[in-house]
Amino acid sequence: MDTEPAPERSERPSMTDTRIDKRFAALRAERRAGLVTFVMAGDPDAATFARILEGLPAAGADIIEVGMPFSDPMADGPAIQAAGLRALKAGQTMKKTIAAVKAFRAKDQTTPIVLMGYLNPIYVYPVDAFLNDAKDAGVDGLIIVDAPPEMDDELCLPAVAKGLNFIRLATPTTDAKRLPAVLANTSGFVYYVSITGITGTAAPDAADVHAQVARIKKSTKLPVAVGFGVKSPEQVRAIAKGADAVVVGSILVTTIALSLDKAGQPTGKTVQSVLGIVQALASGLRDGM
Amino acid sequence: MSSPKTRTPNPNSFATGPDERGYFGMFGGRFVAETLMPLILDLEGHYTRAKSDPAFQAQLADLNANYAGRPSPLYFAERMTEHCRKSASEGFGAKIYFKRDELNHTGSHKINNCLGQILLALRMGKTRIIAETGAGQHGVAVATVCAKFDLPCEIYMGATDVERQKPNVFRMHLLGAKINAVTSGAGTLKDAMNEALRDWVTNVKDTYYIIGTAAGPHPYPAMVRDFQSVIGRELRQQMMAAEGRLPDTLVACIGGGSNAIGLFHPFLDDRTVKIFGVEAGGHGLGVENGHAASMNGGRPGVLHGNRTYLLQDGDGQILEGHSISAGLDYPGVGPEHAWLHDTKRVTYVSSTDKEALAAFQLCTKLEGIIPALEPAHALAYVTKLAPTLPDTDLLVMNLCGRGDKDIFAVADHLGMKI
Ligand SMILES: Cc1ncc(COP(=O)(O)O)c(C=O)c1O
Repeated sequence: MDTEPAPERSERPSMTDTRIDKRFAALRAERRAGLVTFVMAGDPDAATFARILEGLPAAGADIIEVGMPFSDPMADGPAIQAAGLRALKAGQTMKKTIAAVKAFRAKDQTTPIVLMGYLNPIYVYPVDAFLNDAKDAGVDGLIIVDAPPEMDDELCLPAVAKGLNFIRLATPTTDAKRLPAVLANTSGFVYYVSITGITGTAAPDAADVHAQVARIKKSTKLPVAVGFGVKSPEQVRAIAKGADAVVVGSILVTTIALSLDKAGQPTGKTVQSVLGIVQALASGLRDGM
Repeated sequence: MSSPKTRTPNPNSFATGPDERGYFGMFGGRFVAETLMPLILDLEGHYTRAKSDPAFQAQLADLNANYAGRPSPLYFAERMTEHCRKSASEGFGAKIYFKRDELNHTGSHKINNCLGQILLALRMGKTRIIAETGAGQHGVAVATVCAKFDLPCEIYMGATDVERQKPNVFRMHLLGAKINAVTSGAGTLKDAMNEALRDWVTNVKDTYYIIGTAAGPHPYPAMVRDFQSVIGRELRQQMMAAEGRLPDTLVACIGGGSNAIGLFHPFLDDRTVKIFGVEAGGHGLGVENGHAASMNGGRPGVLHGNRTYLLQDGDGQILEGHSISAGLDYPGVGPEHAWLHDTKRVTYVSSTDKEALAAFQLCTKLEGIIPALEPAHALAYVTKLAPTLPDTDLLVMNLCGRGDKDIFAVADHLGMKI
């Protein structure tokens, strides 16, 4: 597990010492899987989101995925769709999302932040300016749902050239023939999507997931995180037995939704309820597995 | 192999696209989630083989002739021609023809595409069909071919459109389709497409997605165009028979652009043929979020699997757009049109809701043909264009759908009670 990743092509910056790489090295030293938490930038509003983000590391998040809200999230289920709409309604923009990461980074220099979303808001930003601003703010990686390997010259290669990790989704339909293409320009970690489907729906079967992760690991030295449909501490613990990290998202944004008042505004419970869930989910990874 | 992120100079031929990665100039491509990628590559392989398989083409030709009722007639719209000549100077006023795809089985051009795609789905061994629909014409055509070929069918339709296209909703029910009303967003075509994509990503193993227009990830834009090009190919022959030469001017409405590209494509390299696409101008192009003219009022972006012109705000969030016509109410457009717009081979204009309503009534009274609200947009532009053309000019408008589905909505707009 501790061997060096394959050498990068010389024109690219080394990817062996990004915050993500260091975090996975630390997790290996602790002999435990990591918890990756997804929250939507600006949900339910910018100020409340800043407090949630700030509280996540202490609550047990090892890596933070920050969703960039998009009007048409084609791969997301109702919970994350609703979170994005709440954020947009509260006035969230790409610039505000990057500013939120910058503010977080001023206080926390070690917890990796991965921006997750869809290509269009980045395309119109446009790409080069976005990569500069994101890197400058302390973003570590990108997960872009609608940028498959066939489209790597759009965003993936420029992002890698800037020193950002490009994290790719592998899915149950990513067969042996296709896996090399998916892994080719991936760095940081591989995100195994445990179901064919949208976020927050069917629950994954742990044994099946472990077999799939083992299959992916035969082709890469990168850590593998597993997500889509993970909702309870028990599921986190079960999945973690065969993965380097577990991703939770829909359960967190659902918790935020349930904490809002009738007008959709945050209440005194909002920040604490989502951090409380993160604590509960994280506990499964730390108490002697 | 770098993708074309910037505009390219005009090609020698307009008819050879897309390239092997699905690009028309900088537009098109394959921007989909990883789950769908293997399936889309598989679909491309199947389509490439089917396209050159005489058995496939023969089966499709037979269905077109005996099930859909092709070829659709080329009709000289004499009174419309006279009407336009009244406001024209001496020697002006084009000779107006309608290509009558509204006479097809199910009432629009949508059946041309559905027959092709259902044969492909069968070849791929898929056992379940999904589709999105706006006006319901595509939904009806999908439900129809699913009934004929005995495949279960689910249609995604925006809740707003379910309301304004009730007759088609009922037809789909009768045909045995399950209709899922989509309430996200404004409940129109883009939201239906999002929901259909979510279904597809979930049921990718057994499900085939019949996209209803010449948009989406490669190979859909090219494949739908090929199936719709029967319109333009017939027209070439019919016009040669009627007038002994090619048409001079082509006009079609643009939603996603399938009826238009079907008419235009066989003529793209006939440089003397003037080509016009008519977008939905809604309340007017000056009204923010009040129209659905993505080329005249939008900017390039990436949505639903392809790069194309989109209605969007400064932060890349997609706008809903607006049109009186549910079939044109889409914030994007097929990538081939985006490219034909940039290269200026085709001129894209727009007609407003009001102009389309007026043309709808005019056509009904003058020709005894009730057009759908979608081609009524094209006709509204024809009434402006024809008087500026010489009376020797042969103008063909694609009358791509009949208006039966629209009579309730039109009555509403005219303040009448049925
Ligand atoms: C009659 C008719 N014309 C045109 C359209 C617009 O689609 P397209 O631009 O793909 O032809 C529709 C779509 O529903 C339609 O029903």
